[in-house]
Amino acid sequence: MIEFEQATVVAQGADGPDGRAVDVTILHPVTCRLTERRIAVVGANGSGKSTLARLVNGLATPSSGRVVVDGLDTVRDGAAVRRRVGFVFTDPDAQLVMPTPREDVALSLRRLPVDRAERDERVRAVLGRFGLADRAEVSVHALSGGQKQLLALAGVLATEPAVLVCDEPTTLLDLRWRRVVDHLLDALDQQVLQVTHDLEAAARADRVLVVDAGHVVFDGPAADGVGHYRDLMAVR
Amino acid sequence: MPLGQYRHGTGLLHRLPVPAKLAGLAVLGIAVVVTRGPLPALLLLAVALVGVRTAGVRWRGAVRSLPPVLVTAAVLTVYQWWQRGPAVAIEVSADLLTLVLAATAVTASTPADRMLDVLERAVRPLRHVGVRPDVVALAVALMLRAVPAVLTTAHEVRDAARARGLERNPRALLVPTAVRTVARARSTGEALAARGIGD
Repeated sequence: MIEFEQATVVAQGADGPDGRAVDVTILHPVTCRLTERRIAVVGANGSGKSTLARLVNGLATPSSGRVVVDGLDTVRDGAAVRRRVGFVFTDPDAQLVMPTPREDVALSLRRLPVDRAERDERVRAVLGRFGLADRAEVSVHALSGGQKQLLALAGVLATEPAVLVCDEPTTLLDLRWRRVVDHLLDALDQQVLQVTHDLEAAARADRVLVVDAGHVVFDGPAADGVGHYRDLMAVR
Repeated sequence: MPLGQYRHGTGLLHRLPVPAKLAGLAVLGIAVVVTRGPLPALLLLAVALVGVRTAGVRWRGAVRSLPPVLVTAAVLTVYQWWQRGPAVAIEVSADLLTLVLAATAVTASTPADRMLDVLERAVRPLRHVGVRPDVVALAVALMLRAVPAVLTTAHEVRDAARARGLERNPRALLVPTAVRTVARARSTGEALAARGIGD
């Protein structure tokens, strides 16, 4: 369960006319309790939806208020939260750290108390599950965009987190790979919070949050949320 | 493929245990420092070249990735020739190439996670003084990986400058390379944090 309690994010902006830095509120106070298995967050570019997602695994920390995941405070228990919450970026190149798929998945598994033989076995199993077994030893740069995103997902899911947060995981993908990733996310047992511009994906969620100019302006069922977002975009 | 990147293989160097490879690299490094004269330097360079070949690095790829090192070696050769004569010039440039190629042979034949295992074991005694072996090992592995990554970035920037007809403008090459390298370091840090690595 993900709980936002008056979570607010304020950043230091550019200097004002008097030469002093002006605070900019990226996310106004958010309070909600997310228990559904599939949650979509939609909103315009720069609306604050990625910041909201980053709060869930402690990549961003609230300036005031707090965020709690399964009873763990994302600031106080940051390391424990990150063990429970996996995070997938929009651009897999930003996520893949090691030179080959096998090494990248192995890196994720290093924080688990398993010996080398078991780690190797798990890497093989994870790459096989994501259809990347035959690409295990190639350079990550040689993978297609879709394969990179699958690998990013594989690296995160290898440690079996309880919650998965995805920040526009299909935005850079073509239609075919978008469907592959969507299908994969739909089939996961984990609670998934997905930031997306894909309204079809949002419509499949159990709950939709619409973010606009740093405010959560809608929180409810998917069909109503998607409709609200369409109206919002039509007005602007 | 960047020069120092791991290449899957089953050759002698791939089968050698990682500590043996690192020890060999250390011995070669010491030999480079203590031996004098162009002949020993060229012999050690030959050893490094055999190592690179055994690691499965193709000559064409190596030559394409080496220009920065070759340019440095050429500048050193000219300077040393002028200052101290041909024997020292050959020795110094051969030593430089030997060290770069030998390190390449080790990284190209060793998966990063195996390197991490060895480094973690090596610094384990330091945990008694508050050093975290996993963090040290990860930092070293990322540093090794950063070398080919920076070269790749430099190539991308050079292509971008060339596309705008700015290939002779040093600012158009150096500034974007520095900015992209810092941005890459930041995104790597964020990716590690997101995955709970190093917590």
